[in-house]
Amino acid sequence: MDQLLYASEVVVNGLMTGVMYALVALGFVLIYKASGVFNYAQGVLALFAALTLIGIQQGQVPFAHLISAVTGMHLDSFGWTVPSLLAILLTALVMVGLAILIEALVLKHLVGQEPIILFMATIGLAYFLEGLGDLMWGASVKSLDVGLPQGLSETVETMTDSLFGYGFFIDRLDIWATVIAAVLVASLVAFSQYTKQGRAMRAVADDHQAALSVGISLRFIWVMVWSIAGFVALVAGIMWGTKSGVQFSLSLIALKALPVLMLGGFTSIPGAIVGGLIIGVGEKLFEFYIGPMVGGATENWFAYVLALLFLVFRPQGLFGERIIERV
Amino acid sequence: MKKRNIRLFAAFATATALAAPAALADLVVPNFSYRTGPYAANGAPYADGFNDYFTLLNERDGGVGGQKIAVPECETSYNTEKGVECYESLKGQNPVVIAPVSTGIAYQLIPKVSADKIPMYTPGFGRTSAQDGRVFEWVFNAPTNYWDGASIAIKYLLDEHGGDLNGKNIALLYHNSAFGKEPIRTLQELSKKHGFKLTEIPVDPGSSQEQKSQWLQIRREKPDHVILYGWGVMNPAAIQEAANTRYPLDQMIGIWWSGTEVDVMAAGAGANGYKAMAFHGSGRDYPLYDDLKTHVFDKGLASQGGPHIGTVLYSRGMHSAMVTAEAIRKAQELAGTDAVTAAQVRDGFEALDISDERLAELGLSGFSPAIKTSCEDHGGSGMALVQQWDASAKTWNPITDFYEPDNDVVDALIRADSEAFAKENNITLRCD
Repeated sequence: MDQLLYASEVVVNGLMTGVMYALVALGFVLIYKASGVFNYAQGVLALFAALTLIGIQQGQVPFAHLISAVTGMHLDSFGWTVPSLLAILLTALVMVGLAILIEALVLKHLVGQEPIILFMATIGLAYFLEGLGDLMWGASVKSLDVGLPQGLSETVETMTDSLFGYGFFIDRLDIWATVIAAVLVASLVAFSQYTKQGRAMRAVADDHQAALSVGISLRFIWVMVWSIAGFVALVAGIMWGTKSGVQFSLSLIALKALPVLMLGGFTSIPGAIVGGLIIGVGEKLFEFYIGPMVGGATENWFAYVLALLFLVFRPQGLFGERIIERV
Repeated sequence: MKKRNIRLFAAFATATALAAPAALADLVVPNFSYRTGPYAANGAPYADGFNDYFTLLNERDGGVGGQKIAVPECETSYNTEKGVECYESLKGQNPVVIAPVSTGIAYQLIPKVSADKIPMYTPGFGRTSAQDGRVFEWVFNAPTNYWDGASIAIKYLLDEHGGDLNGKNIALLYHNSAFGKEPIRTLQELSKKHGFKLTEIPVDPGSSQEQKSQWLQIRREKPDHVILYGWGVMNPAAIQEAANTRYPLDQMIGIWWSGTEVDVMAAGAGANGYKAMAFHGSGRDYPLYDDLKTHVFDKGLASQGGPHIGTVLYSRGMHSAMVTAEAIRKAQELAGTDAVTAAQVRDGFEALDISDERLAELGLSGFSPAIKTSCEDHGGSGMALVQQWDASAKTWNPITDFYEPDNDVVDALIRADSEAFAKENNITLRCD
């Protein structure tokens, strides 16, 4: 009985963790859907967004180290702090600005190039943004607090204890992440289905040339999609940054999104969520039951094994578009 | 066209200046730093402390024994391949010592430095059994190592439990890498000796930020203590999860690589009470800082502008530089010349005698235990203390004196490991 209760706790926590993975995967899906580009820089976008948010919140002077090295002036802080909500809005604006710059300086020049060229460009972008983030805000670990609660949910613990005689652990931050992810996905689906810009985005995703021929601006769509992906990265950065602080390893969360994408499909927003949930539960259950027999630490590789197993039966992922090539 | 030429010349001049090797008369002590990548938050303070100590010696004393010390930095990103590339590129500058600041890089460089006859210094990291100077002629890891650390954690817990750990459950939460696996063998031996149950819980480096499985296991099994051998983001994530699952932080004790400001700041008040070992002090309350202020900080020469001065990792970088400088000084004394070679510095490392009096002369009284090495012993005393994090004051406070390791257990394990290495590599034991 105890084992069953423990396994149930693992499943619930796996689902919650899956939502956190899906938050990262969503950014990849958006850009891939609209431009066919696998955005290698998505993890770094989340890092950059989180660093910028803290910088704005704490009134940190950007490029302080560079200013100090060039002028000798030590200007670390403006001396003010910005309320969390306003700081999030300002960071979202920065991400829009970044999207405009990426389109103007990188993507515009690569129109019509092979997807692999665009992919390579995003690798360069990832390294550039990582360096820029370091130069702007410094490399030290930062604590991120936007008022989200964190830690054991006593309500859930008490409730499950009275029901089953064992109090489940659920992190309140994970509950919030689930709510936020649900709102985000609903908004994104509504946007892509019911707005003019959303339909234009889908048209571009279907066929660039055809979309251009009916007057859709490819440049506008790319800026819009990168802005939305930047906002999704900001949300992912807030959730993961609140969880374990903001530091440069935050960009590695992208690695957890890859099996989610393989499983859910690169072009489906609901697929990112379902993929995240399956990966989250699958890796946690495998670690719980099989981990002790093989020395543990199975989650990193098992997520990929699980994704590959699904790919054997559905190469396009669970919700991906079926590729039909006629010879 | 003229402007373009000027720009080209400026770019060339800058590139030349940046790539310029050390002046011929300088002794070269490279800084294998990692200021970028996932471990940048840990690498930057260490590199700054290392740089600033040598800047002080150059500015105040004109170097060591009149020889200026050149400290070329090479960025490794804490990546083993890049670290080896750094070694290969710096070798041409005739470094007198190599200090790679990474266990992975250190393992790769052991055969290389042995062949190239350059001493390698790995304080508190690297291959533990390199302490055996009979086998590892070119490697030094004084003042302590991972196995010493594991035994000191157990000694401390023995003291906490009135000398009896029989029947207790102690979990080892470790980075699933060469570094994290180092203490396992020692803890297994100690569990037999003291009768505690050892629960090994690995955390994959790629999943360090997400430790829910591990902490659900800890919540279920309720170990009496958790020993943490983590690095990088694994540490703040573990401490945050401990706080989230309400595991008592004062029952957690980290190795020195899990006991820095970087590890506890993200968890805020939740990290209060967390303990970790240290083999040196931190903070600015040492007379050496007066000299650093006068000759380095006030002149605007602090590495990277000095954002990390006095932190644990800055102090560790400074400690490494101090021991290296003392080895060079000893080498100069033994060789009767100031312009010592790498081989002579190796001799200096092997004859180190940094007594408490010497530490006081250096302005570092009480900063670390005395260090004495010999042909057989490249590891020093192995001592470390336990410190505790005060989240409100944001300081690490020592709560014990320096502990000696359990030499009965550790020495036997080191000998077994190093002799096996010697046999595998056809190395004849030295020091007879």
